[in-house]
Amino acid sequence: MKNKTIKVDYLARVEGEGALYVKIRDNKVSDVKLKIIEPPRFFEAFLRGRMYSEAPDITARICGICPVAYQMSAVHAIEQAFGVKVEGQLRELRRLLYCGEWIESHVLHIYMLHAPDFLGYPDAMHMARDYPEIVKRGLKMKKTGNAIVALLGGREVHPINVRVGGFYKAPSKQELGQLVEQLKWGREAALETVLWTAQLPFPDFEQDYEFVALRHPTEYPFNKGRLVSNKGLNIAIQDYENHFIEEHVAHSNALHSVLKGRGAYFVGPLARYNLNFDRLSPLAQEAAKNAGLDSICKNPFQSIIVRSIEVLYAFDEALRIIEGYDLPEQPAVEFQPQAGIGSACTEAPRGILYHRYKLSGEGLILDAKIVPPTSQNQKTIENDLRNYVEQAILLPEDQLTWQCEQAIRNYDPCISCATHFLTLYIERE
Amino acid sequence: MCISSQILLIGIGNEYRSDDSIGLNVIRALKEQELPDTMLIESSGGGAELIEMLSSVRIAILIDAVSSGGKPGAIYRFDALRQTIPAQLSFQSTHVFGVAEAIELARVLGRLPPSLIVYAIEGENFSIGVGLSLKASEAVQKVVERVSCEVQDVLKEFRAEFPLEDEISLKVERTGTDLA
Repeated sequence: MKNKTIKVDYLARVEGEGALYVKIRDNKVSDVKLKIIEPPRFFEAFLRGRMYSEAPDITARICGICPVAYQMSAVHAIEQAFGVKVEGQLRELRRLLYCGEWIESHVLHIYMLHAPDFLGYPDAMHMARDYPEIVKRGLKMKKTGNAIVALLGGREVHPINVRVGGFYKAPSKQELGQLVEQLKWGREAALETVLWTAQLPFPDFEQDYEFVALRHPTEYPFNKGRLVSNKGLNIAIQDYENHFIEEHVAHSNALHSVLKGRGAYFVGPLARYNLNFDRLSPLAQEAAKNAGLDSICKNPFQSIIVRSIEVLYAFDEALRIIEGYDLPEQPAVEFQPQAGIGSACTEAPRGILYHRYKLSGEGLILDAKIVPPTSQNQKTIENDLRNYVEQAILLPEDQLTWQCEQAIRNYDPCISCATHFLTLYIERE
Repeated sequence: MCISSQILLIGIGNEYRSDDSIGLNVIRALKEQELPDTMLIESSGGGAELIEMLSSVRIAILIDAVSSGGKPGAIYRFDALRQTIPAQLSFQSTHVFGVAEAIELARVLGRLPPSLIVYAIEGENFSIGVGLSLKASEAVQKVVERVSCEVQDVLKEFRAEFPLEDEISLKVERTGTDLA
């Protein structure tokens, strides 16, 4: 098996738009190309000439899995341009909404997509035959996340209650109180999930990544903070485009986002965890320790444990927010549109999501830029595949293919934004 | 989500992927027909939510676009209780836990409703953008007609299977015009 090609083609609905391609010659990886088409480009054009108030709901349509993240980055960027400050309970409600989305998104990935890889099943359906109670637990946890998003967002998918300045309608304390019982159950289930994921078999694979995430003085980050890395980056979000650039690469329609002069970087749960371990709730920190995880984790395969810890944090944080909640006087702060440029990063489940808007005095969107987390991780995924395949090159073909796919899934890539389906096969030269 | 209507019609798709929105368009057209005893839902196809919806009803009809290499506009119909979803519609996914996966997982977990019909429509253009191709548009019209007939057929079939107490409770639950 000296020369061969591993290919992952996106099938069917989006045929030809993207692929993974690994070429092996003389037992060395000679080429890795990951192609992901970027739908945000379409949305950027679609947004021009629209009113600022439409941005949260239009961008929420980019992804069925993380619409809240798109809404949050949109409203924060526009609020920055208009000089609007959303504080107090309204800000807490935004964090609560984000808790719901993290739970939905992470639980889906942990139970339905990632765990089957580790346990040797082709999918959740096959896993469910042997582990029906585990799968049912995952579905029930996800439903709890849905309940938060449905209550705050107005509906489960593509929430519609978010607006610049706050919400269209704020929930009563009593309405939020109805979530408490299921959130308490979810927190227990999340503790079990951490222990369950921690005992999965992990390949030995640590890399010297540059992790990038938001960092806030007191909070585990959702929607506020500076952008920091483990290699010295520490900038305000408004400086994002001075430090991060998007490069055209020949093999892809997509742009690769890189740190100027430094190259690939890593965003998402692992980055947040490594840069913000001290901001996790005591319960989440303790669970990490009990699971045998250090405060720094550099093995991307273990991201499944870190996601579980973030799920636990999200349940814990949701309960804290609900306990301290009082109905705000107004569901949104008042403001006047003004001409300007605003930008924001918030922590989508898979990492920082950057939005920038240029707005007219009437609030028309003149220009928009959106950089989703998956395109920021793209280069790191390619690097992982290159290094991982090299280290595992003597594995039988089917195992190697399997592990390549697993290595991509470590990042929970938001390919759904662009494509629904992905299949993988190896082609020998 | 609490679903009490008798027949659940779910159209699945992504508004911004051209023909992928076939299912959504079918549901919108059906809404105008004001069919009795139905609940119509537009969905982005999240598997976990589908399982949840399916396990809360007795009769469901699901409409989605596919790309299986067939003729654009072709309409396939499956009785999900009698057959598994064909392999060419059951794609492996890195990210989305989709329709075929949801149905098969619901089957394993014993959460399929007593009646589930799937309409799959072959799309032509799945590129980023809004609007349907001509073939997809024509197929939407046909599916709308077929589904509205199906609603009546399924009701009859269901009644044949559950003729006694169920029939009574169905009548009590229904608020629209009696189809019988």
